[in-house]
Amino acid sequence: MATWDSVASLLRYSSPVALAAVGETVVEVSGIINIGLEGMMLAGAYAAVVGSLQTGNPWIGVLYGVGAGIAFALVNCLVLVYLRVDQVLAGTAMNLLSLGLTSTLFRARFGQSGQLISAPEISRFAGVDVIIIGLAVLVLGLHFLIRRSGWGLALRACGEYPSAARASGYSVEMLRCSALLIGGLFGGLAGAYLSIGIAGSFAENMTSGRGFVAIALVTFGRWRTPWVLAAALLIGYAESLQYSLQGTSSIPYQFFLALPYLIALAVLVFVGKGAIAPESLGNTELEVG
Amino acid sequence: MKRFLITSVVLLATISLVFAIFQMPMWPSLQLTAQGAFGDRFGITRTLVKTIPLLTAGLGMVIAWRAGAYNIGGEGQFIIGSVAGAWMAKTMMSLGSVGAAASYAVLAVCVLGGAMYAALAGWISFRRGLSPVIVTILLNFVASQVLDYAVRGPLQEDTHAVPLTQTLPQSMMLARFDPQLDLHSGIYITIAAMLAAQVFLFRTRKGFQIRLVGASPQAARSAGLNEVRLKLLAMALSGGLCGLAGGLEYLGLAGQIGVSSSQNWGFLAIPVAVLGGLTPLGCGLSALFFGSLFAGSQQLARFSNSGSTLIYVMQGLAVLAFVMIEARNKRLEPAGEV
Repeated sequence: MATWDSVASLLRYSSPVALAAVGETVVEVSGIINIGLEGMMLAGAYAAVVGSLQTGNPWIGVLYGVGAGIAFALVNCLVLVYLRVDQVLAGTAMNLLSLGLTSTLFRARFGQSGQLISAPEISRFAGVDVIIIGLAVLVLGLHFLIRRSGWGLALRACGEYPSAARASGYSVEMLRCSALLIGGLFGGLAGAYLSIGIAGSFAENMTSGRGFVAIALVTFGRWRTPWVLAAALLIGYAESLQYSLQGTSSIPYQFFLALPYLIALAVLVFVGKGAIAPESLGNTELEVG
Repeated sequence: MKRFLITSVVLLATISLVFAIFQMPMWPSLQLTAQGAFGDRFGITRTLVKTIPLLTAGLGMVIAWRAGAYNIGGEGQFIIGSVAGAWMAKTMMSLGSVGAAASYAVLAVCVLGGAMYAALAGWISFRRGLSPVIVTILLNFVASQVLDYAVRGPLQEDTHAVPLTQTLPQSMMLARFDPQLDLHSGIYITIAAMLAAQVFLFRTRKGFQIRLVGASPQAARSAGLNEVRLKLLAMALSGGLCGLAGGLEYLGLAGQIGVSSSQNWGFLAIPVAVLGGLTPLGCGLSALFFGSLFAGSQQLARFSNSGSTLIYVMQGLAVLAFVMIEARNKRLEPAGEV
């Protein structure tokens, strides 16, 4: 019995991870893996609550969140693209930094316990808001851009074989930065949506692993934005099932929660990364030739 | 030595910077942190108790990363290790064996559980030429569901009231030095592991091969080494150490596991290993350093509401600064010299 309400709430609860995963897809297509996505979302979530509380306008809050994501992405541009620091390390560092900064600032501003604050929320219509609708449009738009535009072709070349992109006269650095900035926009928006779109508040470490879920979803969705979105909805659905299945099913509900990751692993076992995964993903070596 | 100096300077600079940013009085803050970490026997205990999991899991990261296997599944391996250990403990208790021997059997199963989980991640990754990054992230999620299932299902305590395992009898816990203090004899195991890892990586043939595979896969291949097998070995050792960390927390401190048993030790081990220069002894120093920060920073709450969360800022900034300096140095090095 899928009433509209349950569909709308599924869309709402899946949106943060979906947004982050779609942004991460663009980043990974360019050959970079942004392990710092978790921290990026957290920064977006905190900034959005601050902006929303300060101005009383949730949309300004969203802007703050997106701004935080983009600021985060600019650091990524410097560290990952120009200094070619190991991506796993830099990402881990950024996650810690963001966790520390947001928690510290939050406690400094709202007190040790972080008493419940409630920020103005985004208004919605029939359970759906502009961001959800925008997400669907953006996913298709990005898919088109990546698959059909000149920028997308060059971006994919960066992820597959950067030397080829460079030889054709593209700046691998600029292309990767553009992807990182898009990833930052989405990551920040994802965090903002989590805090002021759903929770209406901020809590320390409120992303609780969603950034890593998003990274996992990119693999599950085989580096295609529509599939990644579908994967995010599937995860959201599996999570919503756990409550209805608790106690009624002979299969433990944890199995359903683990299922998407198990499927992603099975795909990796049986087809590997295939021809779909960006060949140079995570590679920091200066390309040869 | 030069590295040690650079690291120390970077760390001190970051700490001061963080205090400055958050407008905390510099000298009293440092004093309080040091006091909280080393001021009395309670402080020293706090520091060492935090150092144990950081160092043990950090050693795991050192070995894997040295082999070029970016294991970020320390968290999952920690969890699977402790779940396997809890299962073993339940089995032993039902057999009526609750002595020290049972305790070491449990610890061994923790190591084995972590090692097998990491080896699984390695097997999935390396046979297809993938980096273990994505695979270990995926397996971290699977592990947390396994833990959730275990503590709500087959391994739940007898009254089935809370998602925790049965508390171990005192006879199965690792010995404490002083009943008032949390410090347990697991610290000997951790120190032994550190020394063993140092000898293994820098004084044995296999250790050399592992470092070679990480530093230059091409050279390793042309020397006829089996890259996949060596990386798998490194992963298994790495996971074993993370599992050991889980086991030490289980048998040394809590005596039971629950859904939030691991306090991110598996993730925090990464900066510890990196700032330790990816050597086991260096890792010991950096684990001690971060352990003392963890223990000491609680005192900082006196100056600001924040306190203990500042440590993440310091860790993040320090790692970032450290890897940026490294990246610059690498650039300035003449090509071909690795």
